[in-house]
Amino acid sequence: MRQKLMTAAAVAMMAASPALAELTIVDTSYRTGPYAANGIPFSDGYQDYFTLLNERDGGIGGEMINLVECETGYNTEKGVECYEATKNAGDGALVYQPLSTGITYQLIPKATADGIPLHTMGYGRTSAKNGEVFKWVFNYPANYWDGASHAITHILNENGGDISGRKIALVYHNSAYGKEPIRTLENLAEKHGFELTLLPVDHPGQEQKSQWLQIRREKPDNVIMWGWGVMNQVAIQEAVNIRFPMDQFIGIWWSGSENDVKPAGDRADGYKALTFHNLGDDYPVYADIQEHVVDTGKAAGAGDQVGTVLYNRGMYAAMLAAEAVKTAQEMHGVTAISAAQMRDGMENLEMTEEKMAALGLPNFGPEFKVSCENHGGNGFGAVSQWDAEAGEFTLITDYYQSDQEIIGKLVAEDSAQFAEENGIEPGC
Amino acid sequence: MFYREAGDFKTSYTDDSQTFPIKFDRYRYYVVLVLAFAVVPFVINDYWVNAVFLPFLIYSIAAIGLNILVGYCGQVSLGTGGFMAVGAYAVYKLMVAFPEVSIFFHVILAGGITAGVCVLFGLPSLRIKGFYLAVATLAAQFFLVWIFNRVGWFYNYSASGQINAPERTVFGVPVTGAETAPWAAYIFCLVFVVASAIIARNLTRGMAGRKWMAIRDMDIAAEIIGVNPLKAKLSAFAVSGFFVGLSGALFFAVYLGAVEVGEAFGINKSFLVLFMVIIGGLGSIFGSFAGAAFLVLLPVLLKNTLVGGLGWPTDLAAHLEFMIVGGLIIIFLIAEPHGLAQLWRVAKEKLRLWPFPH
Repeated sequence: MRQKLMTAAAVAMMAASPALAELTIVDTSYRTGPYAANGIPFSDGYQDYFTLLNERDGGIGGEMINLVECETGYNTEKGVECYEATKNAGDGALVYQPLSTGITYQLIPKATADGIPLHTMGYGRTSAKNGEVFKWVFNYPANYWDGASHAITHILNENGGDISGRKIALVYHNSAYGKEPIRTLENLAEKHGFELTLLPVDHPGQEQKSQWLQIRREKPDNVIMWGWGVMNQVAIQEAVNIRFPMDQFIGIWWSGSENDVKPAGDRADGYKALTFHNLGDDYPVYADIQEHVVDTGKAAGAGDQVGTVLYNRGMYAAMLAAEAVKTAQEMHGVTAISAAQMRDGMENLEMTEEKMAALGLPNFGPEFKVSCENHGGNGFGAVSQWDAEAGEFTLITDYYQSDQEIIGKLVAEDSAQFAEENGIEPGC
Repeated sequence: MFYREAGDFKTSYTDDSQTFPIKFDRYRYYVVLVLAFAVVPFVINDYWVNAVFLPFLIYSIAAIGLNILVGYCGQVSLGTGGFMAVGAYAVYKLMVAFPEVSIFFHVILAGGITAGVCVLFGLPSLRIKGFYLAVATLAAQFFLVWIFNRVGWFYNYSASGQINAPERTVFGVPVTGAETAPWAAYIFCLVFVVASAIIARNLTRGMAGRKWMAIRDMDIAAEIIGVNPLKAKLSAFAVSGFFVGLSGALFFAVYLGAVEVGEAFGINKSFLVLFMVIIGGLGSIFGSFAGAAFLVLLPVLLKNTLVGGLGWPTDLAAHLEFMIVGGLIIIFLIAEPHGLAQLWRVAKEKLRLWPFPH
């Protein structure tokens, strides 16, 4: 039995050698399981943007993009399998965007050893912002600790700059992902004098009755949520059920997509979520996507996600990757870049308003510049609010910066600990 | 033609009681060992180790451990995931606290610690049986995962609650951490698998194993003929816990390198290992291997065939994979309720008579 399976597996592997192309980008997506509702739009956006570049521009700098998709199911074991299976695809994968904090933690040492950059956009290990320690990991333009600070700053602004004595509850996914903001929030609680309650929700997050019962009993003034997948929908529904004021309920950017609020119906109106890029489909690039990708039947998935929050985010991630490829091509003077050159491109990436406007995405994200010391951007974010009647999230604030004083200190502490544990000599 | 006893003479008691009494079987076993130790390490790469061999070897140890408890001693356990977590966190704490001691001993110690925890949760088995015991071990599963999430000491107060395996070496060769060569990780696990299988095989055909089986078949009768149920049940829990702890330690330290307890050692893991044991064959060491191979290799094979070979969309392939694996499990259990091990036994019987069955 075993031998037979092995032989069959070997045969299948032989047959599985991918088509040769110059720039290999891997999309570790999840279209199945409890996180699929959020995984699908992100992956669609990520793939569609690269398809657009292939169809409209003939790739990047004349090199076609070979997009390899691998299903992880948000599961770390499958994530590792995907990484090993795809890292040598084509001429070698250029960058990984795992879209899972758990998989990111697995891949940080592996990708560092293999010399393949990781881009964990707005997730993953926050202290990877410190490029002196995490040479191969990037988390621009914003990270979880920025997010925690954005939420608190927003509450501060709403309450005239004084939130001492306020009760704020954090409802979080009980995993590395959900635990990330706790330390920052504790520090901010000390600084601003609010009272923090922690309410963990176990994977996958369908069962939250007791957490929301506690919220109903303790009546916190604000609830902040770090949820993903089915947990978001359940939490928003529960909040509606206990009549929690939705405008006092703020989700991280991963808890603010149409899929999360729609099941709760009209009563979810006013729910707030953070974001680090703009929303909606009122951008010139969408006309191109419609013409070159959707209308030609080349759209990823069912092609029905165009313009949703997470589709935009996937597209934004792909756009940042493509811009990094361009930067690398310019720096090294070759079009078929390697993973190491991709890393240089990411480290020297600069996003300006002119650049984004030229790409058909004017005013889509904050301006930032990556450097060797700072792999995490400048930590700008904004707050969006759900309008149930119009059926869309809209920005209600400008982009503002997180509390760099507290976050800078925490990043330095955490990355120093990592460097010490792993014997890394920090430096540029 | 194969598996014939004819002409295979035994001249001593040792010969007569060896593990593989039939010559052909014995040679096959040696060939597999030689292949595994001397050929495979030279031909494998990162993909084969991390996607195929490591999970197969590590789940085999877990399946052997659970098979001793469920298959040989008849005590149903749904706590395997939790006990694997004990092994993983024990080896993590040991690795960090005593970096100068070889990881080899840490893994064994982690198995010992898990054995202790397993005995503790096995105590109710003296009073309750069957489904009720399954529920008690289910409580162990949830309790252990909860405590590893809750108590900061276990994960050294790291911000994310994750544990990460630092680099550790055996004879100067790294076996954990990112710099590990594929063959080193493979050999390290293989040594534990072979040792576990040999120990388990000899335990189960000796006095301990006979006591376990007596308890499994009818505990009151066993007690009347002089088997002490306290010792028999708790020793089964201890031995089982030891192997499950080994597998948990290797799963964390060698295979994944970073672990989040809720995701890696959740209730799904308990069911997965239990399915391996049931599909492989209760009360069979070979069955543990066969079950682990079936549930580890089949999904990878299907994925490579459907996505890599046929170029189907990944989500369709992932859904089909669930359906095919599920369907095959049902077909196997209907066609052969005693698992893959029984199929193997029947095949052997047939081969003995082949090509003249009458």
